[in-house]
Amino acid sequence: MADPKTPPGSGSPVRRRSGEPPVARWALTAVAVLTVVIFIGLPIAVVFTEALRSGLGAYAASIRDPNTLTAIRLTLTVAGLAVPLNLVFGLAAAWAIAKFDFPGKRIFTALIDVPLAVSPVVAGMMFLFLFGSQGWLGSWLTAHHVKILFAVPGMVLATVFVTFPFVARELIPLMEEQGTEEEEAALALGASGWQIFRRVTLPNIKWALLYGVILCNARAMGEFGAVSVVSGHISGVTNTLPLQVEQLYDEFHLTSAFSVASLLSLLGIITLAAKGFVERRGRAAGAWTERGEVA
Amino acid sequence: MTPRRSRRPGLPGFGVSLGFAMVYLSMIVLIPLSTIFLKSAALGWRGLWGVVTTPRVLASCRLSLVASLAAAGLSGALGLVVAWVLARYRFPGRRVVDAFVDLPFALPTAVAGISLTTLYGPHGWIGARLASLGIQVAFTRLGIMIALTFIGLPFVIRTLQPVLEDFDVEVEDAAASLGATRWETFRRVLFPTIRPALITGIALAFARAVGEYGSVVFIAGNLPMRTEIAPLLIMTKLEEFDYAGAAAIAVVLLLASFAVLVVLNLQMRVRDRDAETA
Repeated sequence: MADPKTPPGSGSPVRRRSGEPPVARWALTAVAVLTVVIFIGLPIAVVFTEALRSGLGAYAASIRDPNTLTAIRLTLTVAGLAVPLNLVFGLAAAWAIAKFDFPGKRIFTALIDVPLAVSPVVAGMMFLFLFGSQGWLGSWLTAHHVKILFAVPGMVLATVFVTFPFVARELIPLMEEQGTEEEEAALALGASGWQIFRRVTLPNIKWALLYGVILCNARAMGEFGAVSVVSGHISGVTNTLPLQVEQLYDEFHLTSAFSVASLLSLLGIITLAAKGFVERRGRAAGAWTERGEVA
Repeated sequence: MTPRRSRRPGLPGFGVSLGFAMVYLSMIVLIPLSTIFLKSAALGWRGLWGVVTTPRVLASCRLSLVASLAAAGLSGALGLVVAWVLARYRFPGRRVVDAFVDLPFALPTAVAGISLTTLYGPHGWIGARLASLGIQVAFTRLGIMIALTFIGLPFVIRTLQPVLEDFDVEVEDAAASLGATRWETFRRVLFPTIRPALITGIALAFARAVGEYGSVVFIAGNLPMRTEIAPLLIMTKLEEFDYAGAAAIAVVLLLASFAVLVVLNLQMRVRDRDAETA
């Protein structure tokens, strides 16, 4: 173990007088490690032990079940539509907010974060009120045979709502910090708007953009409450992976439930790894704003 | 010729990007969200009050608020220790612990829900041990609090960590050289500096916990009046086609989390202004 007085890799100067006595240090570290192990480590360990409890054969059978495969396809479809939509929005909003001044900018920026304060159940419910049979557009939709609720479009909308701010939140502070000088220089050299964006702006923001997409995707694939309200809850038809987990669990197919859950847990672990990689690369490239990263 | 404002360059794409962003914001967020308020407004003040004050709704809202507050507080206490240790100590496995802190952000809530229920259930690794002590966690209010702490912890840790990392060690050394004990230095010098970040973290954890559904619904007993959280009661009302009733509860939840975020925003703005004038 390294000498605690010169923490390796932390640029701070050598501690002289201050610092906790070794006993306190040891006790605090123990509490911290135990907290993370009990509250976060054990739950993830449970997923994999329960999934493999009946052996690899049962695990593979649960994953190969047609209903699971449909759920995987549906989850990929929903995320595959929701993430690009919010990516385009994030880029547009960040371009307008960071590169220009306009009245109401502060309110507009604050409104982007609103979905973070809305309960997932309420998020789903809004679309029920809009498109449901008693809803504002319900009768028009029925008359024109357009199915939004309890079908893929409704699930995509609910997912777009809950993942709405993720890309924009990463881009806005970074692009504000970077200012407009490089873009203006490109403009003076005769570059077109598209060229400026692709050759000047995009390289500057690519790590933050990727970071936002990773967070957005993790939430999109894992969303439960909002999608639950607008899904038809039909296994093999309108169940995404999280909904399939719930249904299997409620029907006491515990091994299957945890097997499907293990796929989502893997997604979570891959997300963390990718996030860590992007953070390190972004920091190395200097393209990062230091702030509390709260998703 | 008037000088061009520096933040108003001749860059292209302003109209298109702002126009698209505003239309998209309206379609995805503003119009759908307004349906909640219009639906509950249709009840009228008296109707709204009538729904919100029925014993079952009252009990679920109180449970959601109290459990979220307790969980945010517990997240605050434990999160402070974790953030402190991660920011200031070096020990084997620190990077793994640090990476795991973000897991509740990345793990789908339904997975967290079934896994916590199994872990704290009568046959679970922790639940079985606690059961032998006569403590039941799963399907009780304690279980709700555990799940909400799982969700809240990263908010506190990730808000505090950068502040603790940036803190100038020399200030602590100065306090120590003036004869302050370590505890006094913490209480009088360090804590006042990190308090705003701690409050922010706790508030974010609370705002998230109030509306949390997936990670709680499995471990909560879902007994009306006792262990039924407000988001679950909304779900039940939707299934019974009591849309106005569901909207009324939603308004309570929305107001609670909006209030927290508005206060946070104001606090942050005051701090920014103080920093500018200082």
